This record gives sequence, C-alpha cells and structure tokens, in this order.
Amino acid sequence: MEGKKRTIIPFGPQHPVLPEPIHLDLVLEDERVVEAIPSIGFIHRGLEKLVEKKDFIEYVYVAERICGICSFIHGMTYCIAVEEIMKLDIPQRAHFLRVIWSELSRIHSHLLWLGLMADAFGFESLFMQSWRLRERILDIIEETTGGRVIFGSSKVGGVRRDISKEKMQEIVRRLKEYEKEIRELTNVFIKDASVKHRLCGVGIVSKDEAYALGAVGPTARGSGIVSDMRKLGYAAYKEIDFEPIIETAGDSYSRCLVRIKELFQSIDIIAQAADKMVDGPIDVKVTGTPNGEFFARSEQPRGEAVYYIKANGTKFLDRVRVRTPTFANIAPLLKILPGASLADVPVLVLTIDPCISCTER
Amino acid sequence: MHFFVMLKTLFKNFFSKPATVKFPFEPREYPEGSRGQVVIDTSTCIFCGLCQRKCPTAAITVVRAEKRWSIKRMQCISCGACVDACPKDSLKLDTKYYTPDVIKTEDTYNA
Amino acid sequence: MIEIDEQNLITINADELVSQVEGLKNSGHRLIQICCAKIGETIEVNYSFDNNYSFSNLRVVLPLSDLHIDSVSAVYLQALLYENEMHDLFGVEVKNMAIDYKGTFYRTSIKTPFNPPTDKA
Repeated sequence: MEGKKRTIIPFGPQHPVLPEPIHLDLVLEDERVVEAIPSIGFIHRGLEKLVEKKDFIEYVYVAERICGICSFIHGMTYCIAVEEIMKLDIPQRAHFLRVIWSELSRIHSHLLWLGLMADAFGFESLFMQSWRLRERILDIIEETTGGRVIFGSSKVGGVRRDISKEKMQEIVRRLKEYEKEIRELTNVFIKDASVKHRLCGVGIVSKDEAYALGAVGPTARGSGIVSDMRKLGYAAYKEIDFEPIIETAGDSYSRCLVRIKELFQSIDIIAQAADKMVDGPIDVKVTGTPNGEFFARSEQPRGEAVYYIKANGTKFLDRVRVRTPTFANIAPLLKILPGASLADVPVLVLTIDPCISCTER
Repeated sequence: MHFFVMLKTLFKNFFSKPATVKFPFEPREYPEGSRGQVVIDTSTCIFCGLCQRKCPTAAITVVRAEKRWSIKRMQCISCGACVDACPKDSLKLDTKYYTPDVIKTEDTYNA
Repeated sequence: MIEIDEQNLITINADELVSQVEGLKNSGHRLIQICCAKIGETIEVNYSFDNNYSFSNLRVVLPLSDLHIDSVSAVYLQALLYENEMHDLFGVEVKNMAIDYKGTFYRTSIKTPFNPPTDKA
C-alpha cells in the first residue's frame, strides 16, 4: 500500500560530529535515507578574490591558510605552480625538505581522522588516545618549522628554514619509537569487534562507480582504483621508492585500512628521504614577474588537489583556482547516502574525510 | 572475534602520568625557533619602512620623521616576513605568543 | 626547469563541447575539474581530464554578453556540482543540468560575487 511518509531532516551546519560546517538536507522514509541535497558556502572567505590585492609573493601566506589540516601542501603546490610558470630551478635539498614536511603533514592528518572516526561511532577513549599520539607529531613539526598547524616554511623559490643533520636523525629515531604505540592504536581499529560492526559493509562504492564519479584519494583507493598523484614525481618523489596502497572491498572498513597503511608508509618515506638527502642551498633568488598559466597537481592527505594559476606579467596574478579533493568526493557521498539508515549518516560523512574549509576557500 | 582490544592500553594509562600540562599554573616549554611575537631593538633600527611594506596584514606602521615604530598585536600573524626583510636585523621573533585579551592593542616604540 | 606534467590544452567551440567530452569518456578518461576564469571581457571555462596520470584540457571561451553553455552532466554526473558552482559564482547559464539547485548550492550574500553586475555589459 502506498503511503510511506517522507520527512526532511537537516543535517548540519552545526553537528557534534562534523569538524566543519556543511549542510545536507536528508529526505528520509522511515529511517532510511532516500535522497541527500547538499548546500555549501558557510566558510566561504573569498580567498580567490584576494589575488587582486596581494602580489604573487605575498599570496603564499593566503594559500597556506586555506585549510588548517593540509596547510603545508597547499602552500607547496602554489609555489610549485608559480615556479613552473617562471621556470625556476629549485635546489635539490629544498625538494627533499618539502617531501619531509608533506609526509609529516600526512601523518598528523590521518591520526586526526582516526580520532574523529572513533568519535563518530562513540568510542571516546580511542579518540583521545589518537589525538594524544598526534600531539607528539605536532611537537616535531613545531621544533622544525616554528608553528604547530600553519608551517610558514614555503616560499616561491624554495623553503625558508633548514633542518640540520642531527635533527634529521633525531626525528627518524623518534618516529621509530612512536611507531610502536601507533601500531597498538591501529590494532584496535583493525581487530576490535565493535569497530568492525560499525564499519564493515557500510557505504559500499564499486570500482566503476568510483571512477565514473571522479572519486579521489583514499576514497578511490579503497575501491581498487590505482591512482596516487605522488607518482607524478613532483618535489623529490621520483627518488623515493613506494607504491600506492590499494584495497578492493569498497566499504568504510577498507578506506580506514588504506589510511592506516599510509600512516606507516609515510614514516618509511621520511626515513628514506632523510637517508638520500643532499647538501646545498635551500632557495634561489626570485626576480621578475610570472607570465603564463599552469595546472599543478599534488597529493594531499585527502586526495588530489589541482591548482590553476594564470599570470599576465604584472605582479598581481589574474586567477588562482583551487580544486580540493573534498569537492570531488562530494559526488560519491551523494551516491552512498541513499539506502543508509539515519544512524550511519555521521560515519558515512566522515569516511570521505570532509575538509570543508578547503572546499570553499 | 576480538573484544576489548583496547584494554591493554587503558590499563597502562592507569599507571602513567597524564599527557596534558596544567597550563596557566605550570609553564609551557616552547621549543627554540617557535614563532611567537615580534620584538624590536630600537637602538639599531633606522626606520626605513621596509617591514611595513613587506607585512602581509599591514600590522606595522613606521613614522620616519618622529622615529616611531608601532605594531598592531592582534593583526600580526607571526609569519616572519618583516624579520627576513629588515636590513639591520633589528627585528626578532620571540618564542612566546601574545596573550589573549579583550581589547585590540597597538604597541608603540620610540627611538 | 622540470616539466612535471604535460599540459595539453586545446581550445574548442562551445558547440563541439559535448561530443569531445563523450569521446574522452569512451577512451577511459575521468573528469578532474571544471573551472572558470574571468579575463578581461571574456570568461574562459577549462575542463580537465586525466587518464592514468596523463593530463589533458579543453577550453571554451565565452564573451561576457552571451554566457550560455551546454551541460556535460549527462556524460559525467559529477559535473553538475562544478556547473552549479559556476552558475552561483560567475553567473554562467548552463543548459540541461542533471540536477539544478537553482542558486541554493553556494550560499553567498551577494549573487555572483566573481562577476558583479556592475562589471557586466
């Protein structure tokens, strides 16, 4: 008999589980979600319009502050794009330093995500334990760059600070010690029955759907698509030996596994980079103004970010356009929400790792 | 089926000290090289105004005729662009942050 | 200088857009992004595609007086998000979007902030 009642429940912008505000109108039929209508714009700060006021060297400070979690990689991608337009040759040591800071950024972002995921299904002590381990990584970052969240160490032409050899070896040694405790923590995510009950079989995306909808990052790699922008070889990644991590099941549990394995892979990449580091200067002098356009791609902890920069020969750029991974992952999110029950919606929204302040600049 | 996998970590936490610092009552150790607030040494400053031009948030004002250097503390983002630009090395970044307050202050230093 | 990514940019007309995009989809490309840039008196719309790490772009140039373009969301469903954003921020009219949020997708206090009405015409 026809007559199932439909109700509309607004999810967000304020919700205890969301790190940043996003609005989804969920159309429900008796506890099952039928449709989801997104609406964004709560964090729009008009950063792309600031190119008219800040010249291309000062814009690095704006680009770094687009997002708090993936801030270094935003600054680095902007610098790579401007350097390619101006055809500057960066010293090799600066490339290795950029790799080390990117991987530290990735470790702290994944630990943050693990904590938020545990909070989403109510496991508070696991949340607190993950963030306790993350504090140690932030201490390493503060000792090398000066800031815990906004690194302030990229500039057009290289990097601003150096790390000495003894400090490098100390960092590698400390990361090896932390690795034991991180393994204890991730064991809980992989083995515990209550965690598996919430994550396995929830939010399945098949490989063809994920490719057609344009999923990026761990959302795509959890469904079997082999795609990791670090293989393009920007910065010093062509000298480092690693393979993208793939899982094939396509549900939330496999996305969680991809991120956990990437954590350990990053610790290994830092050890390799510290080994292969060369000596030399850390920056080059920048003269003149850029003229031309370029698309730069890089791998953020959440997926692939694309920076489009168009310059016209004056010191103010014409257009900076940032396409962040969360924007590309909203389409698979709108595909996995129908059919889920209302209690699973926070877990599903967090499984794509939403970073809304990146999405809306 | 594994249940209570986290029990071992929880048990260890009973016997170890807390991870947090009782902040206002105990001091926090800032590592060297931390970016806190900007400090000026007016005896070497020549009031050229380069720091004012390089500041991305326009927090610094320099009046050459009156030999006055002032900074809006709440507007400064501790990026260090002024420290890199100063030709006489009179600016430094201290490790301590500027404390939170209810009014926005502007600090002025004369030669 | 290090060339990391081959850029491959082709400029096409607005009416060849949908057929070119369908050709790229059938050869296995995925849509990366659609972006708008306002340069002088024109708006340039760039479509970026990727196939196994190789990068290619299509560009359509629209004059400010006639901002109409066809939607590619019949070929790639996720294009509707980018087209709604283009519509909300730049005022580009896109015909036949799969789902049209009619201006509520991106909440801003001024309509089309990147292409304000004082600049048009």
